[in-house]
Amino acid sequence: VPPAAAQQYLFEARQLQALSFAVHIPLVCFGVAFPALVVLVEWLGLRTGDPVFTTLARRWSKVMITLFAVGVVTGTILSFELGMLWPAFTGTFGSVFGLAFALEGFSFFAEAIFVAIYVYGWGRLSPRAHLWCGVPVVIAGFTGSWMVITVNAWMNHPQGFRIVNGQVTDVHPVVALFENSYAWHELVHMYLAGYIVAGFMTASVYAWRWLRGHRGRYDRIALAVPLAAAAIASPVQIVVGDWAGREVAAKQPVKLAALEGLGPTTSGAPEHLLGWYRNGHVVYGIPVPRLLSLLADHNPNATVPGLESVPPKDRPPVNVVRIAFQVMVALGTAFAALGVWFLMVWWRRRRLPESPWFYRAVALAGPASLVALLAGWTVTEVGRQPWAVYGVMRTSQAVTGAGGIPVGYATLVIVYAVLIVATIWALRRLQRLPLEGSTRLPGGAGAEIGEVR
Amino acid sequence: MHLQDLPLVAMVIGLAAYAVLAGADFGAGFWHLAAGRGPRAGELREAARHAIAAVWEANHVWLIFVITVCWTAYPAAFGSIASTLVVPLFVAAVGIILRGGSYAVGGYANTARERRIVGRCFEASSLLTPFALGLAVGGIASGRVPLGNAQGDLVTSWLNPTSIAIGVLAVVTAAFVAAVFLAADARRTHHDLVQPFRARALVMGVVAGAAAVAGLAVIHSDAPALWNGFGHPLALAAIAVSAAAGIATFALVLTSRFGPARVTAGVAVSAVVIGWPLAQRPDLLPGVTISEAAAGRATLVGLVISILAGALVLFPSLAYLFRLVLRGAFDPDAGEEPAPGAGTGSHRGPSGRLAAICLTLGLAAATVIAVTTAGLLLAISLTVLLLAAAAAFVATASRVVILDGDSPRTEPPGGQSPSTHSPGTIKPG
Repeated sequence: VPPAAAQQYLFEARQLQALSFAVHIPLVCFGVAFPALVVLVEWLGLRTGDPVFTTLARRWSKVMITLFAVGVVTGTILSFELGMLWPAFTGTFGSVFGLAFALEGFSFFAEAIFVAIYVYGWGRLSPRAHLWCGVPVVIAGFTGSWMVITVNAWMNHPQGFRIVNGQVTDVHPVVALFENSYAWHELVHMYLAGYIVAGFMTASVYAWRWLRGHRGRYDRIALAVPLAAAAIASPVQIVVGDWAGREVAAKQPVKLAALEGLGPTTSGAPEHLLGWYRNGHVVYGIPVPRLLSLLADHNPNATVPGLESVPPKDRPPVNVVRIAFQVMVALGTAFAALGVWFLMVWWRRRRLPESPWFYRAVALAGPASLVALLAGWTVTEVGRQPWAVYGVMRTSQAVTGAGGIPVGYATLVIVYAVLIVATIWALRRLQRLPLEGSTRLPGGAGAEIGEVR
Repeated sequence: MHLQDLPLVAMVIGLAAYAVLAGADFGAGFWHLAAGRGPRAGELREAARHAIAAVWEANHVWLIFVITVCWTAYPAAFGSIASTLVVPLFVAAVGIILRGGSYAVGGYANTARERRIVGRCFEASSLLTPFALGLAVGGIASGRVPLGNAQGDLVTSWLNPTSIAIGVLAVVTAAFVAAVFLAADARRTHHDLVQPFRARALVMGVVAGAAAVAGLAVIHSDAPALWNGFGHPLALAAIAVSAAAGIATFALVLTSRFGPARVTAGVAVSAVVIGWPLAQRPDLLPGVTISEAAAGRATLVGLVISILAGALVLFPSLAYLFRLVLRGAFDPDAGEEPAPGAGTGSHRGPSGRLAAICLTLGLAAATVIAVTTAGLLLAISLTVLLLAAAAAFVATASRVVILDGDSPRTEPPGGQSPSTHSPGTIKPG
């Protein structure tokens, strides 16, 4: 493992990387989950022969390809940055983790090819062939994210290689990536997060429209389908999150200690809600006795290692990790409650909720799901600090020796700001375009489908 | 050919595919810029834009493929290249964002001013990106990237005669290939654009040929090691094939045989890309041979198997895409097949049974997950949980929407005024 590079802008390099991920990951959620919603709606259209579904699927497929295109370029930047910002990381361990990215490349190919066929193929392929062209997109979205997650899992729980005299040797990428027990909870947690984010984000647009009076059939369907996905994924995510927490407790005890701000190693450790970590303790927090032990080990008396079990230079920045964790858990719990509200009303009364407060909550849940998503990644990635490869290579050893990081940072901030504004502008413009395929409906092109029976 | 060379072969194939296919997409940006003024300019721009619509994302992925194979098979070389050549690679990265972004949102521009802003961004980044990538290639080819974390000169590694020659060559060959492709496409879509693109292809063919010859002269004086490498019979053959294919393309365009010209243009560009490693071998970086830079056996075997398996999926998919595109299935005037007709399925009445089963299964699985630490049990209950969630989703989503469909509800025109209706309160029929 190489020595630390002479880099005075390590923090800026990490910020730049974090910014690039923060822009890309929400798009990944749409890449992973949204195609399934679109294909489901198209399938409903085929099954019922009702053009409103086809119109909706067609409209959503345009959103899909726009976000996919933006995801393509933001994802490319990440692969560049792995070399430009962290050359010692890729240079030292590329042979260990790289295989997953090579496989991800093929998923990416399949996604790019079939997204294009799907979107440009409306009306140009037979309905059945068209539907089937959506299926590879759904599968590739899953396999692609799986491959990337295996790399992240390996960074958090490295295996499949040995270091002899500072050289990486005896490399077994399959062991490192696919026999890594740390990958599974990350994969499931992220996959569900994809459905929660894509579901709530999409539903929030239509909830907002509902509040503004757009309550036609088209809008209700467009609200209900993504909401159903998010409403079911959210309670399940609590179970998965609990599992993830125990995996972290077992394999990254220092990260877990940072989640709670636990200084000394403690038996029957409490969990604090809110508060601030200072000098080994959480101050101004609301303690819940023994909860941390219960969560970490499902045993109220379990001994939980504290931050003080490692020297200060091996500890992550506690407050960032801790606050991000609390934000994620709080929002995740709220999403589950919102989901249960929707499902209860649906299963008992067979309709959408009537209270405007429900729609206000859904409208908020979209942006909030993004916050929860990024908070979750902050937990796992900042919680991994100061390591790039947990316990093996520090971020200071991974970083580039080249200068100019602040310039790159400033440039990308501007470029990403322009990109985000332009994307939102495009989607809003799309929203105002007349609906395709609506000429088949009595209302004619551009009519609100809700007004026709 | 050794195991260590196989990933490099895959990279060269990927780079050649990127240079031809993505190159043509960049070139379309060039002709978007050089459409000139007058009534036909808009048509030319539209043709250039449309030509890349369905394919640019897939073509772009070749670059990702090359990068990921490089860092897997030759990690130390990748780290050295990316850190020393950070400036041109960063510029290329920004170009890629602006280009993809402007293309993705460009379709929604509907005033002349919006189209101009988005178009300028698309054009500038279409020139900038291949030029910057060419600068980076020139730095590697001329031996200016030593092994190590940012060990090369951060400026002269890419600001040098060879880099500039290859950057310019990348832009003009992209424009040449694009003009050939666009002329061929115009036969199918805009007959009146065949001649303009043919003329552009001929002009750019001369320019690209001149740039190639000038590039060789620059390499002769600036990168003697690379120049000597071109003396190797295989490298020489690659250059000869490229020159012959370039001349053949010119002749085919001159006689308006654009179909075969597509192929020869691709061969001309690919041969140059293939000639580069042939001239440079056995070194990947100065003093570092391909074998020395290569990862261990397990990684290489895994990678080669993955690439072969991936190719089995990739090539039929790509063939399907390109067949649809080249047959004009996605052309604006291609006829739409009739939309799906009357209902093929039944409006089944909702039953709470499936939902109840899913809920029970899900809760049982969740309980097991919460208490177990056994791997297999965890995996099984997790699978059950996720399947139950998926089934619940499909059941809920289908029934929500189908039920809603039974509500004979009307909406104020335009849907602007707040509705007094509550949503779908009608009971299932």
